[in-house]
Amino acid sequence: MDTTGPLSSDGLVQLLTPSGERIGHEQFDAYASHLTAHDLRAFWRDMTVLRAFDMEATSLQRQGELGLWVQSWGQEAAQIGSGHALREPDFVFPSYREHGVALTRDVDLVEILRIFRGLQHGAWNPADHGFHLYSLVIGTHALHATGYAMAMDRDGLVASGTPAADGAVVAYFGDGATSQGDVSEAMVFAAVNNAPVVFFVQNNQFAISEPATRQSRVPIADRGKGFGIPSVRVDGNDVIASHAVTRWALEHARSGQGPVLIEAFTYRRGAHTTSDDPTRYRSKAQEEYWAERDPIARLDAYLTSTGELTDEFRAQVAAECKALGERTRTTVRSWSKPATATMFDHVYALPHATVEAERAWFERYESSFEDLEAAR
Amino acid sequence: MPTFQQFTMPDAGEGLTEADIITWMVGPGDTVEVNQPIVEIETAKSLVELPCPFDGVVSRLLAQEGETVDVGAPILEVDVDPNGEAPAEPAPSADAATAPAAAPAAAPASPAHDVPAQDAPVPSADAAAGSSSDEGSGAVLVGYGVRAGSAQRRPRNADALEPVGGAQDLGDYPVLAKPPVRKLARDLGVDLTTVTPSGPGGLVTREDVEQHVKATAAQTLATYPGDDQPWLETGTTQGDGRTTRVPVKSVRKRTAEAMVQSAFTAPHVTEFHTVDVTETMNLVAKLKQDRDFQDVRVTPLLIVAKALLLAVRRHPEINAAWDEDAQEIVYKHYVNLGIAASTPRGLVVPNIKDAHRLPLHALAVELQHLTAEARAGKLPPAAMTDGTITITNVGALGIDTGTPILNPGEAAILAFGAVRQQPWVHEGEIKVRWVTQLALSFDHRLVDGELGARVLYDVGRVMEDPAQGLVWA
Repeated sequence: MDTTGPLSSDGLVQLLTPSGERIGHEQFDAYASHLTAHDLRAFWRDMTVLRAFDMEATSLQRQGELGLWVQSWGQEAAQIGSGHALREPDFVFPSYREHGVALTRDVDLVEILRIFRGLQHGAWNPADHGFHLYSLVIGTHALHATGYAMAMDRDGLVASGTPAADGAVVAYFGDGATSQGDVSEAMVFAAVNNAPVVFFVQNNQFAISEPATRQSRVPIADRGKGFGIPSVRVDGNDVIASHAVTRWALEHARSGQGPVLIEAFTYRRGAHTTSDDPTRYRSKAQEEYWAERDPIARLDAYLTSTGELTDEFRAQVAAECKALGERTRTTVRSWSKPATATMFDHVYALPHATVEAERAWFERYESSFEDLEAAR
Repeated sequence: MPTFQQFTMPDAGEGLTEADIITWMVGPGDTVEVNQPIVEIETAKSLVELPCPFDGVVSRLLAQEGETVDVGAPILEVDVDPNGEAPAEPAPSADAATAPAAAPAAAPASPAHDVPAQDAPVPSADAAAGSSSDEGSGAVLVGYGVRAGSAQRRPRNADALEPVGGAQDLGDYPVLAKPPVRKLARDLGVDLTTVTPSGPGGLVTREDVEQHVKATAAQTLATYPGDDQPWLETGTTQGDGRTTRVPVKSVRKRTAEAMVQSAFTAPHVTEFHTVDVTETMNLVAKLKQDRDFQDVRVTPLLIVAKALLLAVRRHPEINAAWDEDAQEIVYKHYVNLGIAASTPRGLVVPNIKDAHRLPLHALAVELQHLTAEARAGKLPPAAMTDGTITITNVGALGIDTGTPILNPGEAAILAFGAVRQQPWVHEGEIKVRWVTQLALSFDHRLVDGELGARVLYDVGRVMEDPAQGLVWA
C-alpha cells in the first residue's frame, strides 16, 4: 500500500506471491528448497486447522463460554511457517496470540482456552514443549527470552560443535511491543552478549487501535541496524518465506553468530481481541485489500495449481477441523470453575509466608459472601 | 421429548453488564445450527453477532429488538430435540437450561457431528449466569467501554466481621483515599482522619469529604423581614420574622417521646467519676499499630465499651429493665450495647447485638460499622431495638460530661466525656496526664446508688489500667 515508512513493501522477502506463484530469492531460496509437497500440505493443514480453531474459540466467547479470545486470523503463515523452522532444543517465548506456534510445538490448542476461560494462568508445561507460557504483558518476555538465550550460551547449548544439538530462542511479539522499553533493552543485551535469540516481530499493523505508522517512521526491521543486529523483512503472509527466513535466522543464532531481528509484515484480519471493535479505526477497503492477500488462500492457490492439494486431502482436513471444533466445544463447556484460591498455588515454587497470608485473607473474604453456593 | 435450552446474554466484552438487541436473524420455527449467527447485539464497545450454541429449532425469542438485556438474562429458547413425542412445553426459566437432567439422553438419532447440548456438563446458561454474578472487571485489555460503577456486587453475610474489601490489610496508611480526594480535602482544609469513610475497605470517598464539610461547616445565616437578627437560611419564619416553626416529625418526634417517657417514669440518678486514662490512650496507640487492627479504626470509645462490658460482667444486675405492667425486674443475660449516635437525621441509638460475646477486634469492627451505617441512614429498624445498656460519647463533641437520660427499657447509660491533657497527681508528682470524666445515669427503681457506683468505678478502673481487664476478662 505505502511506498515509504513502516508499511513499505521495500525489501520484503517473498517466495510465494499473493496469487500463489512460487518465485525465487537469491539468499533465501536455499532455505526453502528442502520443503516437499508433503511438507507444504502439512503447512496448509496446520493453517487451516488453526483458523477453524480460532473461529470456534471466537464463537465460544460470543456464547459466554470464554471471558476473552485473541484471534490469530490472518497471521497463520507467519506463525506456522516460523514455528516449523524450530526443532527440539529450541525454546519459544510467545506473547498471547501465538496459537499457531503453539500448534507446531505440540501444545493441545484446546488447553490454551483454559487461560481465556479464566481458569489458569498457563495450561501447559513449558519444559515439555519448549514453549513458554503466554505473556500478557506487552514486551516483557523479550527480556526473558534474551536472558534464557544467554543462559543457553553459558550452558554450552550453542555452537557446541555438534550442530544438530545446538539450540536457540525465539521471542514472538508484535509491532506495538517494539515501542516498549523492554524490547529495546532486550535487543541491547542480546547484541552485546551475542545471545542466540531471534526476535520475531509479527507486524500486524496495529497496536490495538494505534497504527504502525504511529509506532515508527521506518520499517521495524530497520531498527536492528541501530542495535547491531542483522535483520530481515519478510512477507508474513507467505508461509514459505516466513519458514525460510526463520530457518536462516535460527541457524545464525544456533551457530553462535548472535541475535537476529525478523519483521514479518502481515495483517491482523480479526479484532485485537473479542473486546475490540476494529471498525472504529480501520476501513472496510483496507480489510478487503488484505483479504485478497490471505495467507491460506495463497498456499491453497499454489498447491492447487501444482495438483498437490487433492479433494480427498481437503475433505480429510475439513473433517479434522470439524472434530476439533466439537472437541473444543464439549471440552470447554465441561470445565468447571476451579476454587478461586488456587490462584495462589503457583506464585512461588516453594511455600511463601506472604502468599500464605494473602491466601488466608482471601479465603476469609470469600467466605463472607451470602451466595457461596451460587458462586460455585 | 422436546427439550428446551435457553441461550443467555453473554458478556461479549470484558466486564460488560448489558447489551441491546439490534436485529434477530432467526425467528420461532427456524432451524438453527451450532455457531450459526442468530442475533446482532450492541454493547458499550461494539456491534457483535452472537452465534447459536445449540442445534435445534427456535421455539421462542425471549427479548425483542431494541430491548436492553442484562448479561445472564435468557434471550433465546431452542428446542434441541424437535422430533420428540411429548407436547412442547416451554422451559419455565433459565434453570431448565442449567439442569443436565432436563435433557434426558434420548436415542442418539443425530449424526455424529451433531453435539447435543446434553453432552455439555456445564451448559452455557450456567457459565454466563455465573460470570454475571462476579464483579465486573474494571481492568480490560482494551481500554474502553466498561462503565464506571456498573459492576454488580455479591451480597455479604450479615455476620461477616471484616469490612467489604478489607484493603486496609494490605497497607499501613492511616487513612485510605485516592489522590484527588486527598487534594480536595487539603483544599477544603479537612483533616482526612476525622472523616467517616463509606468506600470499600474503609476508603474515604469524595462524597464523604463533601458530606463532612457540610456537616461541620457553620450553617449559612440569613436575615428575614421584620427582624435584623440573622437566623438559619433554611427555615420558614413567622410573620413578624422573630420565630421559625418546624413540624416535629420522624426521629425528632421519637426522640422527644422516648426522652419524656424515660425522664418522667424512671427516677434518674447520675454519678460522676474523673479518671486518668493515659494508659488507655497508650493502648489505643498500640492497637493502631497492631497488624490485626489495620482494617479498623481504633478509638478510646472502643476501650470504654470493653470496660463497660467487663463491669456488666462483674455486676450483671445493672443490665436490666423495669417491667411496669408485669411488676417485674427483667435481668438480661445478654448485652446489646447501645451507642448513641448523632446523625443528619437526628439522634439514634443502635446497638451491637450480643456485644458481650465479641473479642476486641470484632467489637471494634462492629462499632465502626454501626456508626458508619447510622450516619448513612442505612440502619435496619432491628438495630435500634432490644438494647440493654448504652454509651453516649459526648466527648466526641468536646464536652466534659453530662447527665444522660436513659434509653427507654434500659437501666443505665454511661456518658464518656472529652479526653484532655490536664495536670494530675501521678505517683506523687504533678504530671500532664490524659484525663476524662465518666458519668453514669441509672434507673433508681431497680439500681441503688451503691451498684451504680461499683459499675462506674469498675469502668474507670479498666480505663486507668487496661491490664485490669485481663484480670476480669
